Amino acid sequence: MSKDFLRISPAFEDIMPAEYRELVASGPYGKGYGISDLGSHKELLEEHPLCAGCGLALSLRLTLSVLPAPEDTVIVGSTGCSALAFPQVALHNIHSLFGNQNAVAAGLKRALKLRFPDKHKDVVVVAGDGATADIGLDMVMQSWFRGELITTIMLDNEAYANTGGQESGMSPKGAVLNMAPKGKKFQKINMPELAREAGCVYVAAVSPANPKRLGKAIRRAILVAREVGPTYVQIFAPCPTNFKFKPQETIKRIKEREKDGTYLTREYISQEAQEYLAAMEGGNKDE
Amino acid sequence: MIEQKVVAPEYLFNEAEREEQFITGSEAVREAIRRANVDMAISYPITPQSESMHLVGDIYAEGYIKEYFRGENEFAVMSSVAGAAMGGVRVFTATGGPGTLRAFEAFPTWAGARLPVVCAFMTRGINSPLSIQPDTLEMAYMLDTGIIMLHAENSQDLYDMILQAFMIAEKPEVHIPVGVFVDGFFVTHTRDRVKIAPPDIKLPPYNPYSAPVPVMDMENPPIRQMRDPFVMKSNFISYAAHASWQQEILAAAERSRRHIAHYLGSLLEAENENAQVMIVASGTAVSQSREAIESARQEGLDVGLVKLKSLRPFPTEELKAVTANAKAVIVPEFNRVGWLAREVRAALEAKVKVVGGPRVFGGMTMPPDLILDEIRRCANE
Repeated sequence: MSKDFLRISPAFEDIMPAEYRELVASGPYGKGYGISDLGSHKELLEEHPLCAGCGLALSLRLTLSVLPAPEDTVIVGSTGCSALAFPQVALHNIHSLFGNQNAVAAGLKRALKLRFPDKHKDVVVVAGDGATADIGLDMVMQSWFRGELITTIMLDNEAYANTGGQESGMSPKGAVLNMAPKGKKFQKINMPELAREAGCVYVAAVSPANPKRLGKAIRRAILVAREVGPTYVQIFAPCPTNFKFKPQETIKRIKEREKDGTYLTREYISQEAQEYLAAMEGGNKDE
Repeated sequence: MIEQKVVAPEYLFNEAEREEQFITGSEAVREAIRRANVDMAISYPITPQSESMHLVGDIYAEGYIKEYFRGENEFAVMSSVAGAAMGGVRVFTATGGPGTLRAFEAFPTWAGARLPVVCAFMTRGINSPLSIQPDTLEMAYMLDTGIIMLHAENSQDLYDMILQAFMIAEKPEVHIPVGVFVDGFFVTHTRDRVKIAPPDIKLPPYNPYSAPVPVMDMENPPIRQMRDPFVMKSNFISYAAHASWQQEILAAAERSRRHIAHYLGSLLEAENENAQVMIVASGTAVSQSREAIESARQEGLDVGLVKLKSLRPFPTEELKAVTANAKAVIVPEFNRVGWLAREVRAALEAKVKVVGGPRVFGGMTMPPDLILDEIRRCANE
């Protein structure tokens, strides 16, 4: 995208909303910003309507701040809490239906490849755990089987949060939630393993408790998906509203779960993806 | 692959010298898509549609289409089709029967997102019990999805309507999906004489920036960044925004009338329209009615025929005009529920007797004698 598309006609400058003017003056398009640049520029997410302490909102903010090329990134979302934030995201983004995000993204990516064969148009799916691991699982996995060049990011708050806190496949075993009044009977779905087995060439499980690590995983996933194959990042984003803890304790919760071993940070990089990243990152993949 | 040159749609439809071929309905789909300058097609098997998308796959392999793949189920295919259309390409798919219902949630969102998708529906029975046989029941469900619905009587219609559908769907003031419906097996699996344009011409390409909504490519404004998105609010402005959007989709379908009339000649065709008994039908029920009318005329009965080509938008005014002298209207259908009779009754506002039937379903062909019986009854009343 050329930044000219954003420029406001002088006759309209005084009536355009302040947030849009700020976006034109100091937005991140074409700047290559990362996590450490937060606070220095107008962010892609203009406030948001999500709850205080929402792990998902923080993860989304961090994710948007590390996109390798926001000026050429289109996001496909799904129904859920994150869908409430996307109208306030300054990227082209699609909400189609609940669970069909990876199918939409596959069509979109192939269309953009036809129209812009010489350009990387990053198609990034950002959806919740219900959308990714339950209602949309077939389309998520089929997009991986087919090797679609898209990045799938799951914002894992371990429940259907937007509909009032129901059990999802990603809820921990034993969690008492709506529709699991006696506690969840089965294990949290092991999506990173499924992703690897299904053909993802880069898989990471990260959390906003370590923003740098989260940022690196997102960047790697998007870069690798440009040429090597499908990629998957799972972000642990606890929900204070439905799991009933204090909003200021979100990060503490993540660290407790890391400590007791029920949430594992991990990264898998296929051989081919490693070579690709090594070339891109100047041979220093552990940076 | 034959080198093709872009021509005006009117030239391709009306002026180019046509060659008559003896082909199946599925082959007619292939010949339409070959000339439609389609960027992408996405397939999924279901009887009786599968063959048409095999043949579309064949012309992809020949180079007439730039991208083609098999999706994982009809809901996913219709979602991928939506993604492709949002990305700004001309896209085609086809399904039928249970596939239509599997994908159903996607259709209203195609219309709501102003996507100019063209989809062929090869209609068949809906389970259960399991049936793969011809039936137009699925069209009843599709009537209120917001998409434009054309109904082909035969392979010639199917070939013409698919090509015309792209031009109608992509008009900026329309820009909603068009479904081209055809009765499975009766048309898809039988051979008929079809007049087709030469293979070295094709439709003009789709211009994605003719869309009335932003193309999702990060190459065009607006980059939205708003506070208080409507989905979050329970107030009058958000209700009004949603309501006006829905009305705009309806208005887009209304605005398609003149384009349908331009490309198809009309929304309906009438024969002997001053008759006292009129048959109103769509799809292959029209062909069966022609047989019945031939017999009725030999008996000296005065009967006319209305072939509905466009069901959404519905040609209410045209239908009133061509049935103005009728004392009875007969609506033969290939389904159990009689959705077309309901439409016709609503359009004619009880000013004329509407006979809902005969109806056959479950895969049977419609004996013209059943229609003839109704003609006799109505004529002698």
